Amino acid sequence: MTKQERVENMQRLSGTDVRKCMKCGKCSGRCPAFKEMDIKPHQFVSMLERGKIDELLACDAIWNCLSCMACVERCPRGVAPAAVVEAVRDTVVRMQGKNGITAEEIPPIVDEFIPQQLLVSAYRKYNK
Amino acid sequence: MKISYYPGCTLKTKAKELDVTARLCAKALGVEMEEIENWQCCGAVYPMGTDEIATKLSAVRALDYAKHHGGKLLTLCSACHNVIKRTNEDMKSNEDMQFRANNYMKLDEPYKGETEVLHYLEMLKNVIGFDVIKKAVVKPLNRKIGAYYGCLLLRPSGVMAFDNPENPTIIEDFIRAIGGTPVTYPFRNECCGAYVSLKNSELPKQKSRKVLMSAKEKGAEEVITACPLCLYNLQANGDGILPVKYFTELLAEALGVEQ
Ligand code: SF4
Ligand code: SF4
Ligand code: SF4
Ligand code: SF4
Repeated sequence: MTKQERVENMQRLSGTDVRKCMKCGKCSGRCPAFKEMDIKPHQFVSMLERGKIDELLACDAIWNCLSCMACVERCPRGVAPAAVVEAVRDTVVRMQGKNGITAEEIPPIVDEFIPQQLLVSAYRKYNK
Repeated sequence: MKISYYPGCTLKTKAKELDVTARLCAKALGVEMEEIENWQCCGAVYPMGTDEIATKLSAVRALDYAKHHGGKLLTLCSACHNVIKRTNEDMKSNEDMQFRANNYMKLDEPYKGETEVLHYLEMLKNVIGFDVIKKAVVKPLNRKIGAYYGCLLLRPSGVMAFDNPENPTIIEDFIRAIGGTPVTYPFRNECCGAYVSLKNSELPKQKSRKVLMSAKEKGAEEVITACPLCLYNLQANGDGILPVKYFTELLAEALGVEQ
């Protein structure tokens, strides 16, 4: 697969039109995980637009995005930065050996109050 | 009146009190919640990737069942509601998803998003009516209560259409109906940290503390939620800043419903 095809695949996977972004930064301004993100939500959008996927695939921010949709809510151009983050995370997690969390890591961190919902959602987000 | 109900896995286990109190209160208010047959976990998070089909089928199955059993599907867990409502929107308006999901399911009649997804709070407001609830209250809760919306009920608002995403009022109206005083505070629609605790436990700690501090500063004596994960995050990380309960527990208290 050529790089261009990989970029297009990720753009398609995100389901959002990154070209519509006007780089206002409102999404990042509203992001509750902003400080924990090495690549900020608005940068996800512009980097995917410019095809800078190798940097995106290597970032840490995909593990800290909360999928809270605050960025989507704020975007004046109808872009969904959260969906770009998810497309990057999906692409990483679907690679061999790249799960963000493994089954073995879970038992030691589980306490008796943890709701199933937390385990199911974390597993969906971080594992294939 | 009967309504098809999707409980979800957490309400059968760690969040039993949410399920039990909701059913008892609905009954007291004249609504029978009929659990749908053979439901499966919805997956708890809506998969945004455009190629995700199989991960949404449990929601589609529940929706199709409800289509033939009253036409409405009642949800209670915020996460289930978010997943099912967004999946329903896909089945209504995304031709590719509609085609591929129906291809998988082989139903007698294709499912095209006909079911109306209704959250329990929407049922209280629009089907039963807050005025009716107010009259049914036997023990008004004379307390200052902070509504915690979190994210899943409100966003993305274009699909969820639950309330104004920046300035919601439905839970405050609910609090008034049960005789309490709603406390509005800035962090009530901020995320508590969601599922990230398994990856980075610091983030939900900071986020949850902020929510509770914000509610306390504005004078709340307790906080209510509809989401088992919100409850867990706020309780596990909140250092007891404020008690956190399910909104249905307060409804049961106000209606004098014995558990
Ligand atoms: S969805 Fe992710 S990127 Fe968007 S505001 Fe929430 S945490 Fe930030
Ligand atoms: S809010 Fe929308 S338009 Fe502004 S930077 Fe973010 S994605 Fe681009
Ligand atoms: S959202 Fe939660 S409670 Fe609802 S079915 Fe899915 S995992 Fe279970
Ligand atoms: S606040 Fe957190 S747990 Fe609650 S609905 Fe949002 S993501 Fe879920």
